[in-house]
Amino acid sequence: MASVADTPADLPPAGIGTIMPPGRVYTRHRVITRVCHWINVLSIGFLIASGLNIFNAHPSLYWGKFGADADDSRRWFEIGAMDNAAGQPEGVTRIGDVKITTTGVLGLNRASNGQLQQQGFPDWLTFPGNRDLATARRWHFFFAWVIILNGLTYLIYSAFTRHLQNDIWPKLKQLAPANLWHDIVSHAKLQFPRGQADKHYHILQRLAYSGTLFVLLPLMIFTGLSMSPGFNAALGGFLPSLFGGRATARSIHFITMDLTIAFIVIHVAMVILAGPYNQIRSMITGRYDVGPEPREDHK
Amino acid sequence: MSLLTRRGLLGVGAGGLLVSGCDRLSASMGANSFVAKAESATYGWQRLIGGQTLAQEFTVADLSPIFKANGSTDPKDDGYRRHVDESFANWRLVVDGLVARPLSLSLADLRRLTARTQITRHDCVEGWSAIGQWTGPQLGPILKAAGLLPTAKYVVFHCADNYGGEISKGGAQSTGLYYESVDLTDAFHPQTIIATEMNGKPLTVAHGAPCRMRIERQLGYKQAKYVMRVEAVDSFAKMELGKGGYWEDRGYEWYAGI
Repeated sequence: MASVADTPADLPPAGIGTIMPPGRVYTRHRVITRVCHWINVLSIGFLIASGLNIFNAHPSLYWGKFGADADDSRRWFEIGAMDNAAGQPEGVTRIGDVKITTTGVLGLNRASNGQLQQQGFPDWLTFPGNRDLATARRWHFFFAWVIILNGLTYLIYSAFTRHLQNDIWPKLKQLAPANLWHDIVSHAKLQFPRGQADKHYHILQRLAYSGTLFVLLPLMIFTGLSMSPGFNAALGGFLPSLFGGRATARSIHFITMDLTIAFIVIHVAMVILAGPYNQIRSMITGRYDVGPEPREDHK
Repeated sequence: MSLLTRRGLLGVGAGGLLVSGCDRLSASMGANSFVAKAESATYGWQRLIGGQTLAQEFTVADLSPIFKANGSTDPKDDGYRRHVDESFANWRLVVDGLVARPLSLSLADLRRLTARTQITRHDCVEGWSAIGQWTGPQLGPILKAAGLLPTAKYVVFHCADNYGGEISKGGAQSTGLYYESVDLTDAFHPQTIIATEMNGKPLTVAHGAPCRMRIERQLGYKQAKYVMRVEAVDSFAKMELGKGGYWEDRGYEWYAGI
């Protein structure tokens, strides 16, 4: 890359006491960040796909300390199949009082042999790709360990190097309404920072990353642990009570999964819109090109 | 148009590769046995931080209106039917294996022992849960009375119900008789009881009459119903398919604390 091509020629020669002009290409992500990122991609992929398989064993969600088949008043979400007025089976997904026909995808979908089957999430979304609670649980808990150890490695290292404090955590002055609004508008226009301004995360990025790191993923992990009878006993029932009961914790676990998917969709969309080659390269080799400084008439 | 089609084909192709790759991965014995090692990590970690801590107990106000009966709910086995017809008058709970003094306890014997009553949450591996009240003697004092030998490492619960003995993935044949096992930490846990009552009434057949295990720090499939025999062993490798329980023989974790 032409990292020095745009270095102005009239700058003083480099040496002690002089400041080198900032380059266009620099190391954006430390190796720890890059390794942890891709381990996270793998873990979250397996956790979601195996989690959907686990969910298929009992495709209902409840509020409160408990919830089972007979607890209709506590059930707020379910995926099932039933016969419609014409006597044809159809997949139905219910959220609160809203019922949606989801035949073909949720509730009633096709197995790999082409047969229609009654099942929450379809085989092509789950891991393993057939209903297998025992195997799905083993993969889920393996990657639960991986994502926790990986997350701790990243957090501890990044707190120590002040990466979290400097680059990820939202800065107070960035939270000013004018700045927030400016960022929202430029995002809506798909105008991303260029040049030196792109060397620091802006407020929407900081909010998205710190929200995921410090709210979403911890909620995911602690609601997951709230479903473990052994871990619950170790903490005297503190965890499920914190969330309002095990059935509620299971519901929140599912909702945080949905929010994680929303984050991933937006994150990947932004990578594509901001230049996938440069973005993905920076997460593999670390090298990132901030591009030329924006021209005056664009300011 | 042709670009869209080509992209579409690429997408389908990539999706297909992903699905078939996943299928091969989930069928791989090596990959499965590798991820299964997480069970030891969970078991070790929970034993380290858990010790003998108690599972959360609830109040009568928290009871499930209907406690779901799962697994076997009406065993058809002749021996068991006879006990039901005789109101368990001739039923005995055998405590044997690696013990100095094997025991044979009648239902009346069990009821004479000091009972513990606990209102706990039953967490099924499928994802549902229910709160119930359980009453019965603790397992620990019974094992002490039988004189557990130092070689004993696990306690196995043999049940009266046959839940189906299909040929497993590996081709081995199990009898289909339900059984379960726990380590001595859970066997001597204060909340590990041989429950003879649920919600203040004698156990119904659907819930495991005349007695079922309550091992409150583990999932529902550990709560063996229709228990006939408590056997102390040093290994369950030669029992049924060797994994220490009916569901364990079918791929589920032996340590069901998660």
